[in-house]
Amino acid sequence: MLKYILRRIAYAIPIALSVSVVCFMLVHIAPGDPIDAIVPPDTPKDVVEQVRKDYGLDKPLPIQYAVWLGHVLQGDLGRSIATRRPVAGDLILAARKTFVLALTAAMFGFAIGIFLGSLAAFFKGTWIDRLAVSFAVGGVSVPHYWLGMVMVIFFSVLMNVFPAMGAGPGDWQWDWQHIQYLILPALTLSCTPIGLLTRTVRGIVSEILNQDFVTTLRGKGLRNRTMMLHVVKNAAPTILAVMGLQLGYLMGGSILVETIFSWPGTGSMLNAAIFRRDIPVIQGATLVLAMFFVMLNLIVDIMQTMIDPRIVRK
Amino acid sequence: MMTPQTLVRARNLNVKFVSRDATVHAVNGVDFDLAEREVLCILGESGSGKSVTLRAIMGLNPRAKTVMSGELKLCGEDVIAASEARMSALRGRQASMIFQEPMTALDPVFTIGRQIAETIVRHEGVSYKAAMARALELLELVQIPSAKRRLEAYPHELSGGLRQRAMIAIALSCRPKLLLADEPTTALDATVQIQILLLLRRLQQELGMGVIFVTHDLGVAGEIADRIAVMYAGRFVEEGPVRDVMRAPLHPYAQGLLGATVHAGLRGKRLTTIPGAPPDLRDLPTRCAFAPRCPMVENACRSAVPELRGPEPGRAARCIHVAQAAQAA
Amino acid sequence: MLQLPTMPDRGGPAQPLLIVKDLKKHFPLKGGLFGAGGKVQAVDGIDFEIRKGETLGIVGESGCGKSTASRLIMSLIEPTDGEIIFDGEKVGTSALPLKEYRRQVQMVFQDSYASLNPRLPIEESIAFGPMVHGLNRSRAIPRAHDLLTAVGLAPAQFAHRYPHELSGGQRQRVNIARALALRPRMLILDEPVSALDKSVEAQVLNMLQDLKAQFELTYLFISHDLNVVQHVADRVLVMYLGRVAEVGPVDSIFDAPRHPYTQALLASRPSMDPDQRRTEPPITGDPPNPVNPPSGCRFRTRCKIAEDVCASATPPLAEVAPMHQAACHANVTASGHSLAPREAA
Repeated sequence: MLKYILRRIAYAIPIALSVSVVCFMLVHIAPGDPIDAIVPPDTPKDVVEQVRKDYGLDKPLPIQYAVWLGHVLQGDLGRSIATRRPVAGDLILAARKTFVLALTAAMFGFAIGIFLGSLAAFFKGTWIDRLAVSFAVGGVSVPHYWLGMVMVIFFSVLMNVFPAMGAGPGDWQWDWQHIQYLILPALTLSCTPIGLLTRTVRGIVSEILNQDFVTTLRGKGLRNRTMMLHVVKNAAPTILAVMGLQLGYLMGGSILVETIFSWPGTGSMLNAAIFRRDIPVIQGATLVLAMFFVMLNLIVDIMQTMIDPRIVRK
Repeated sequence: MMTPQTLVRARNLNVKFVSRDATVHAVNGVDFDLAEREVLCILGESGSGKSVTLRAIMGLNPRAKTVMSGELKLCGEDVIAASEARMSALRGRQASMIFQEPMTALDPVFTIGRQIAETIVRHEGVSYKAAMARALELLELVQIPSAKRRLEAYPHELSGGLRQRAMIAIALSCRPKLLLADEPTTALDATVQIQILLLLRRLQQELGMGVIFVTHDLGVAGEIADRIAVMYAGRFVEEGPVRDVMRAPLHPYAQGLLGATVHAGLRGKRLTTIPGAPPDLRDLPTRCAFAPRCPMVENACRSAVPELRGPEPGRAARCIHVAQAAQAA
Repeated sequence: MLQLPTMPDRGGPAQPLLIVKDLKKHFPLKGGLFGAGGKVQAVDGIDFEIRKGETLGIVGESGCGKSTASRLIMSLIEPTDGEIIFDGEKVGTSALPLKEYRRQVQMVFQDSYASLNPRLPIEESIAFGPMVHGLNRSRAIPRAHDLLTAVGLAPAQFAHRYPHELSGGQRQRVNIARALALRPRMLILDEPVSALDKSVEAQVLNMLQDLKAQFELTYLFISHDLNVVQHVADRVLVMYLGRVAEVGPVDSIFDAPRHPYTQALLASRPSMDPDQRRTEPPITGDPPNPVNPPSGCRFRTRCKIAEDVCASATPPLAEVAPMHQAACHANVTASGHSLAPREAA
């Protein structure tokens, strides 16, 4: 098993490297001379050339990449053009906040989604099923920005129960003072995972319930809770995959929600950076999010293999 | 009257599957008794209702859309009236079931040992460790080589024959009085099929079980049955001791089936066929269901469903010709 | 090509319609980036001939390679080695290009549903092949109707139906009609009746006999059911783990099998007589996995008469009776097996 895990990690390295190449190339894919993003338009030519040299932009691309990668591996993501502060430090702070938001939304969304999906599967074809499915379709269809604004208008402006903006004073803490800021964005963000999980769980569980071995289990006279264990273990690999993807998506895809609620996470940071063409920040944030995705996939893969003996782990 | 020796008693058993679009009349008035240590083969083609009858005994047809009527008793318990909880206490303990396709009938993500042990834990309340020790004995009972290693194996790691043996081990784990077998050898290779048949026959005799064995294969029935019941369109159309049914079937359908079964000595000759196809079970007429395909059909066949009558006790067919012959004698 | 005529008989009656020479198919196993993968020797060197107008039955259990062999002959998959000669011409050469060969050899599969396009009425499915080969629709559809009549389905009633509106037996008839649409000279029937009920099986088997005479066909009939093969075949080829165990005329094989595997296979059939039930299984265990087949004779691990020589040398297919060959050391003169015939002095 350990050998398998090591091999999976080895497989992930080329993926991570390709991701880093893409992030690096962002600067060069963007139209125009990357130097224009760094210096003001009316900078004298010799200063521009000096900056080009300072940033190493005069060297061939592979060398630039190697230098950049060397810095990244040492935790140096460069300096923000806008703030002149190291990107890494700001990014860690923002990522922590995003992680809090994404994880809360994910846990809530997964719990509700798995519950509704199982309910729909066990009562397939009844009104319970139809209700759960409509809820799921609503969850994936409703636009985040719209739902977020409705939430703000209703809970903050009209009812004045939750704050509308920010993540509370100072560093993040798990106390009510901070948690009250978390509730609205987390609810908004959890809509998609609720919908997707309901649909996936309903599909996979009803498929499992239709399989022959479930008849065998009933034929053995097993109690419902033992049967549930069989269903869960059979459904887990697929559901884990969807959950992994969703968590990754929540980490990266919360830009809109973070912007609406001014949640100071990587989403807001990225949003601001895009408008300022703050290339080092865009590069760093994208890289961190992408790496998170790669890691998540790795973890899901390993967990699937541990659960399902049919996945060959030679 | 319910004698203690009767494992299964069915009287005018009807099973319908009701959905919004249609009602499928799968079983339409089946009567039989199964005594202890008796082996009954239900022989029929797809859609004859043989598997549904078998599952009805265990209460395993999908509960939401199944409507049962008549009388059906399993070890004295009224299956039609029993709650799911009551049935689940009987299943696996008094009666067990084995299936056609052992690959799909076993849970792919649990070990064989675990799947045997959980049944024992459920019904006998012993510890998991004690149950695993019993599981090992069971694997040896069904002649799985290197049984100890196989306890830890997953279904996909076993060959087809071993999987079916493991399935049998699960079914026998609580020493049931009744074994229900749903085409357990159909999916197996020829050399493996005969091994499993002989194993089942040996276990039935050693453990003194009653067996209901559903098959479409007359040859398989001939190897294991004491009695054969031939099923067509949800009814028993013929019933009798295995020798009589195989050598001199009474019902034209059973005769046709015997003629259509390819065996040695028919080379170059044309096979007897039964023309047409079985009736639509959504719309079953009140006449002999076999009449449209029957070479001996008369007008009287189209007026009512014939009674199950026979020339001697234990021998019967659902055909007016048999009833007439019995009356004349 | 408008009429799609039957292909001419080139080699005359003495030329076997199909010759298979040392056919091999090894499937590589997925070994991943670092792991070294093994290979499945699905078919490992088989030789045989099919004469014009005969039915050759291939029997064997799962993993014996009979289905792989049929797909190789149909050229649905590339062989690892070996060649196929059809009516004297090597398949895939300029004398007999693949496209032309595929017209002359058609296949019917076990799964009647999966082999038909579910979105096409059956007349379209049958007419599709001829239309691809250049026949125009106005001719192809009436042809399809004629073929439906030939397989016992009234065109007026069935031509416009879709596959899901037919029973399994009717669908298999449509598949046979579809296979006949290109006027092939040979049909490969891969378990054509295995999924059917007994009463329907008999109907289809009778019909196949009729069609064979009517369309002057040659059959390669693959089945796991020995009774069916005994009924339809002129000659029988028994396969075990990718190799030929025994081949010969049907009566010779069924009355006097010479390979221990064939003997076991025949003895595994139900007796059909409740007074003479089987008491002992002829062989124990399952057919082994073709990934790592045993050395020498592949049957030796389950064979009652296996000896040292069976592990060290692969038995050749040797003549044991007229036209009848078996690959067992016990039949080969001076093979080293204690039951082998002694060398003539």
